[in-house]
Amino acid sequence: MAPPASKRSGYSRRAQFSSFLSHTAGVVGVIIGLVLIVISAVNPSSFQSLRAIAADATDPAAEATAKGRSFGDNVLNSVTGFFKMGSRHAKLEKELAIAKSRLVEAEAIEAENARLKDMLKLTRTRKDVVAVATLTASTPSSTRRFATLGVGRNKGLEKGMPVRSARGLIGRVLEVGQTSARVLLITDTESLVPIRRTKDGVAGFAQGQGDGTLRVRLVNLGINPLKKGDVIVSSGAGGLYRPGTPMAVLTEILRDGAIARVISNPTDADYVLVERAWAPEAPPVETPAEKP
Amino acid sequence: MLEGPTTRRDDGPRPRINRAPSPILAQVVPWLSVVLATIVPTWFVIASAPMFPPFGFLTFLAWRQLRPGLLPLWAGLPLGLVDDLFSGQPFGSAVLLWSLAAMAIDNMEERFPWRNFATEWLVATSLIILYILGSYLLSNLVAANAPIHVVVPQLVISIFAYPLIGRLVAVLDRLRLTAVRISR
Repeated sequence: MAPPASKRSGYSRRAQFSSFLSHTAGVVGVIIGLVLIVISAVNPSSFQSLRAIAADATDPAAEATAKGRSFGDNVLNSVTGFFKMGSRHAKLEKELAIAKSRLVEAEAIEAENARLKDMLKLTRTRKDVVAVATLTASTPSSTRRFATLGVGRNKGLEKGMPVRSARGLIGRVLEVGQTSARVLLITDTESLVPIRRTKDGVAGFAQGQGDGTLRVRLVNLGINPLKKGDVIVSSGAGGLYRPGTPMAVLTEILRDGAIARVISNPTDADYVLVERAWAPEAPPVETPAEKP
Repeated sequence: MLEGPTTRRDDGPRPRINRAPSPILAQVVPWLSVVLATIVPTWFVIASAPMFPPFGFLTFLAWRQLRPGLLPLWAGLPLGLVDDLFSGQPFGSAVLLWSLAAMAIDNMEERFPWRNFATEWLVATSLIILYILGSYLLSNLVAANAPIHVVVPQLVISIFAYPLIGRLVAVLDRLRLTAVRISR
């Protein structure tokens, strides 16, 4: 379609002026955009109150959709499950047999653990869960990985609290509004979590790559001991993330680390737990050595 | 400002007695559709990778191409601000890129007043590619670098999604000009 005729301003002063004004407004938009970007590059948290207000305002609708989302997921899973049932069943029976024997081992370890804790007088109270909530929204068209939680300051959330699902670590609270909070997912490029391998405690860091995978880097240089299929958990080094929270499985080994796939896909998590930020307790015995 | 397209008889439904397009509807629909296209898709999935096309930008682009001049040249400023609140991009990135895109389309209109499908598609596709790469670079400016292959699926999906969004906007345009009962 041809542009509207009013565009060609001709000799009319008024038309010329309004055309000039609209062009100026376009340029002003560009300039304001540039200024805003510079401000947010210098201080990324500068517009957090605005974002919090916006998230609070849309929170009721987002929560309603979140309910529908998990319902839709369930329907989809039931349908695909129906078609895969036979082979799944056989495989599950085999896995169950293995799991039963593992369970017995785990019980033994648990008992031993309790005994050792008694000895050390370490009592863990489960006062660390602040809130149980749903993830209501995310940023599906950006390379940054944020999600929005359906609870905020009203449930006692604070900046920096780790967020996890039943399966594993999801992220941490970045900005808190009145009824919603913004979560930095562990797959975001700005997220850096200290980790260790479950087997032997090889220590390292996991940084998000923005595409659902993590880049694992080891603290110790030298021969890379990682193997495909290894499970990594958060190590708790430096505080914040509770040690031992499951995080990811290594899928690809690189020269100085690995690529890992996150265990707890935030889309599958109906509910997530917001925990109190973890702080390492003072060592009970006088040992200056840090844990690996 | 309902000049041009809205008063012509060759588009929109046939006039009927006591029915006329509502000026409020005609003005509100484009703005509202862009805002909704920005906000609503963020509710449907907790994404672990950029997987949705930037629906807000695509709708904005489609309105500017379908009805040049309906959204003013400065519309990128308020609409981009809304997008920045929800998109997760560094604040201001949509304001900048939407304003630039609006100016680019405006410029193309002046150069090629009579366009065909190929030109429109080419302009839109190149703007979408530039927009996604621009957003990627701007978010890298603020955060740590994400690998470039992260945005490739999104790029492809967006290019294929644009004609569909264009259709949808055309439907909304009909709705915008539907004759409603006028009470006098």
